[in-house]
Amino acid sequence: MTAPVPNESPATYEASLSRLEAIVRELERDDVELDRALALFEEGIARLRLASAALERADAQVRILTEHADGRLRVSDLDG
Amino acid sequence: MSGRRRPDGSANVGDLDLFAGGAPSRVAPRAAPPAIDRPLAERPAGFPGAAPGCALAVSELTSIAKDILEGAFQPLWVRGEVSDFKSHRNGHWYFCLRDAAAQVRCVIWSSDQRRIIAPPDEGMQIVARGQLTVYPARGDVQLIVSALDAVGDGLHRKALDVARERLAAEGLLDPARKRPLPRLPRVVAVVTSADGAALHDIIAVVRRRCACVQLVVVPTKVQGEGAPGAIIAAIERATRWGGADVLIVGRGGGAREDLWAFNDIAVARALAMSPIPTISAVGHEVDITLCDLVADVRAATPSAAAECAVPVLAEEIVSLRAQADALRGAVGRRIDAARRRVDRTTLAMKRGARVLVDRRRARADVAAARLHALSPLAARARGVAVARDEGGRPLMRASDFAPGAAFALTLRDGVVRAHADGEPGP
Repeated sequence: MTAPVPNESPATYEASLSRLEAIVRELERDDVELDRALALFEEGIARLRLASAALERADAQVRILTEHADGRLRVSDLDG
Repeated sequence: MSGRRRPDGSANVGDLDLFAGGAPSRVAPRAAPPAIDRPLAERPAGFPGAAPGCALAVSELTSIAKDILEGAFQPLWVRGEVSDFKSHRNGHWYFCLRDAAAQVRCVIWSSDQRRIIAPPDEGMQIVARGQLTVYPARGDVQLIVSALDAVGDGLHRKALDVARERLAAEGLLDPARKRPLPRLPRVVAVVTSADGAALHDIIAVVRRRCACVQLVVVPTKVQGEGAPGAIIAAIERATRWGGADVLIVGRGGGAREDLWAFNDIAVARALAMSPIPTISAVGHEVDITLCDLVADVRAATPSAAAECAVPVLAEEIVSLRAQADALRGAVGRRIDAARRRVDRTTLAMKRGARVLVDRRRARADVAAARLHALSPLAARARGVAVARDEGGRPLMRASDFAPGAAFALTLRDGVVRAHADGEPGP
């Protein structure tokens, strides 16, 4: 019943949020079966975890993309 | 059209299709040095043009005039209004520069046009830098223009308008092409100068708002010779790397010439082709650049671009918590509702059962009471006795009693033997 949660991608965060909103909306309905409600809740919790993990990446480093003479790209720390 | 004339006018004298034409020869062949720079008295009798017998050919005259003019005038800036502008098939541009009282014919060789941002419009006030010369085929004074600029920004506007129309024709300005930015990118690529204020501002804003977003600088020259090509290469590099979710392209504020690379149509095309959403950030200029037009989002400054690119972390956390609360609340209410339903059902079942039992019991009670009432024992309890004859048959009516007959009365606590005495009563 729970939709597979996609791996981390740029769209994950907002996909998680909009899925969460949809889940809450569905849970608010009177006709949702209890089993379904519990499955939705579980999925919602998984989505929450994913979204908050995205916010917790403390990764404020600034890097620089440069190109070697042979066309290879290299990402290195800006200060390094 | 025969129009390839040399500027020295030594060919195609009969060609009258336009007043000037042909690529300039870099080394103008000089006519034989005329003797006119010597005082008249010193001139020999056979001095060309001194007498009918030694009259100058027209081409000799114009050639001499050309040499003198070119020697006397360095390239100069001249201001005036453009009229009769023609872009000739031979690739050169011809026009007149005039004011209220005078005019001079001008030509811009095709080889010089790449340095000019746009052909001038009719009636436009311009300043043109040119070498004054003579166009011998017509005997006209002519200004060979190598640079020009509009008074005000007319020429830039025109160049922009032309490029904008081209981009529109290519479909790159279609609002339907605009993509939404991701709400929380993992990586933001920034195509800008590595040592500019723009990068500094973007880093500061991203650190302040959302430290969980990574910045990758794709350094490029942003102004001067070669800047458009460098910006295009940097955009291409960011694309080829493929690690970013959003691309900011821009620079801090500057004079119009400094921002011009962002009005380069090839740069705009490269930006439009980016596979990831783009933000243009060409600082502090009221004019909208071509990059602004094709980017998915236009930010007025690099700081504003960074604000568009990343959310405020604290706000995201608040909204996530609200979502978590909403989720728990919703499922909690759902569970409560289910529990209430179970309770209600249980209660209803119990109540229903009790009613049923009560009703049955009541019926049973009624039946029992009735049964009881009907039972002879009950009658006896009320003080009624049952009379039976000697055979044990109940004597129900007065006529059942024969005078003098023996019978038995069964009472609550025993049996009494008796005899009927006399006639039956009424």
